[in-house]
Amino acid sequence: MGQFLQQLINGIQIGSIYALIALGYTMVYGIVRLINFAHADIFMFGAYMGFFLAPVMAKVFGGAFIPTIIAAMLITGLLGFVMEKLAYRPLRYKSRLSALITALGVSLFLENFCALPFVFGPTFRKFPDLIVAKNIPIPGSLGLIIDNVLLFDVGVSVVLMVLLFWFVNKTLIGKQMRAVAFDKPTASLMGINIDVVISTAFIVGPALAGAGGILFGTTYGSLNSPSLGIWWGLKAFIAAVLGGIGSIPGAVLGAYIMGISEAFATSVNSNLGYGIAFAILIGILLVRPSGLLGKFMPEKV
Amino acid sequence: MRRLFVIILVCALIAGVGVGCKKAEVKPTEQVVNLGGIYPMTGGSATFGTSSMQGTAMAVEEFNAAGGAMVDGVTTTINYINEDDAGSPEVGASAAQKLINQDKVIGIIGAVMSKVTLAVAPIAQSAGVPEISPTSTNEKVTLVGDYIFRACFIDPFQGKVMANYAWNTLKVKTAACLFDNGNDYPKGLAENFRASFESLGGKVVAYEAFTDEDKTVDFKAQLTKIKAAKPEFLYLSGYYGSTALILKQARAMGLNVPAGGGDGWDSPELVKIGGAAVEGGVFSNHFSKDDLSPKVQAFVAAYTAKFGAAPDALAALAYDAAGLFLDAFKTVGSIKGSDIRDAMKNTTFSGIGGAYKFDENRNPIKAAVILQIKNGQQTFLTTVNP
Repeated sequence: MGQFLQQLINGIQIGSIYALIALGYTMVYGIVRLINFAHADIFMFGAYMGFFLAPVMAKVFGGAFIPTIIAAMLITGLLGFVMEKLAYRPLRYKSRLSALITALGVSLFLENFCALPFVFGPTFRKFPDLIVAKNIPIPGSLGLIIDNVLLFDVGVSVVLMVLLFWFVNKTLIGKQMRAVAFDKPTASLMGINIDVVISTAFIVGPALAGAGGILFGTTYGSLNSPSLGIWWGLKAFIAAVLGGIGSIPGAVLGAYIMGISEAFATSVNSNLGYGIAFAILIGILLVRPSGLLGKFMPEKV
Repeated sequence: MRRLFVIILVCALIAGVGVGCKKAEVKPTEQVVNLGGIYPMTGGSATFGTSSMQGTAMAVEEFNAAGGAMVDGVTTTINYINEDDAGSPEVGASAAQKLINQDKVIGIIGAVMSKVTLAVAPIAQSAGVPEISPTSTNEKVTLVGDYIFRACFIDPFQGKVMANYAWNTLKVKTAACLFDNGNDYPKGLAENFRASFESLGGKVVAYEAFTDEDKTVDFKAQLTKIKAAKPEFLYLSGYYGSTALILKQARAMGLNVPAGGGDGWDSPELVKIGGAAVEGGVFSNHFSKDDLSPKVQAFVAAYTAKFGAAPDALAALAYDAAGLFLDAFKTVGSIKGSDIRDAMKNTTFSGIGGAYKFDENRNPIKAAVILQIKNGQQTFLTTVNP
């Protein structure tokens, strides 16, 4: 029982980071129907921004954790904005395949450019300790242990998700986003500026991934190389598909299912770990092809 | 023109006969034979080659200074010929051809990389020239033939060493393994650790794997399971990157048992990433310059004085490989390949890496050193005999 709950806690911690990445995939897909493969590398970029900014933030603000997250979010948001402007906007009314290939190109560019020795470099980086890790044993006979890093991970992602729900449901630009996601031509006939909406999606999604990058760095304390985003981005993408790509609550749900099933599968058999997790996902998608919370939308003719 | 040619020919014949007669009358008391070395002196692993060449050259120099060997009553010293393999099997193979056919070497020391040694070994084997590689760890190297030896232990052996250390010195009864199951090196170490530890009477209570060292950063699920199994020792056979992360996460969840590993830990990055979490960790390695035994200290001092830098494991192993070969050569007192080979098989050479003895596949059975991370530094702890 103790082990069961501990694995659940492990899964929730990973799931929180997946969720922040998955939201970006799902928002961009919902609005422009593009799978932004470079999103994984924005996550990586955010983590490296934390590495470079944390010492500066600590000097300026005293504490580093919250200021670093905000600074990294601003920078990755800007990166997303520029990326859309330069790489995706010129292709918006071209075939969808060109945009997809471009996304792959941007992803490869970011990975390899950042791996250059004068950019981030290809070697291990020790991520600064934004939080001094401390164990918090939970009283009781189960012997559960959580640490404050886990609380920060879950706390930050929940706060950001609540902010996102508020933004999408209550603000004017959020409502415009939902309208564009629902029906782009009609929304533009209603006087919604599509360019602004798309840019917003490309700022908000990457900003969340940037925050995810800081949480990643804080939790694991080491940045292996600028290709660290691929694996996490891939799993977050699968989480978004599992939850129903295009659906914001779906991305969050998918991310937690992904994290928790990974933890449990690994504890059952670590040799097959991810295999079992992915088999569960395939099973769910066979039953619900559009994802758990996705709407089945036949292609309009 | 023809007359000139005849005169030259006659002179040459006379001279030849003269030399021949002289040789028959007065037996020389000294001779020099060639010994070859094949190392990567250029390319990406040039530093490995430099260390190895320096170690070998030093062993040869000491051998000559000590008077060489007696072959049929003739004092025989060694002329060392170093060849560059550029880290490439093709270049290594042609270097071996040159050494054997042109320089008529009595033996070859090298190469560093297993892939090069695997190209050199068949040539040495078919020519009947003994070869000893200081550092090629691939199991297949010595299986090429009975003229091929090595001076380093092969990877799985490290698992055995750590099992012995955990059982005999740390006195632990249970252990857990966590390793990358996509890589032969950590997998081999872990398998061997488990087999050895259980044959000593211990119990491996958790044997967990993960996929791909470069991608995996979260080991909490495995560690939670390991913690529930309550091991007294944690064997992490991977490289420094994953080891540092695993130990950080293990310590954070209160799994505070001692940890050990293999020579994949040997990097300053281990402490940089792992910080306090790797403190106290122990790992096996081929050689430590901090080993306090007088033999090692004498070697370190002599090497440093000669080359201006402390020796690394490659220099030490090359020094031992050459020393072992020359010792066998001296013992048998013959320049015939098969004689030297037989002497090497039965060697009792004692080098700076401890006493050498070969198993049936000509892999050395010898001691490994155990190092410990103390105050963020690698410190020599002890030598473990197999």
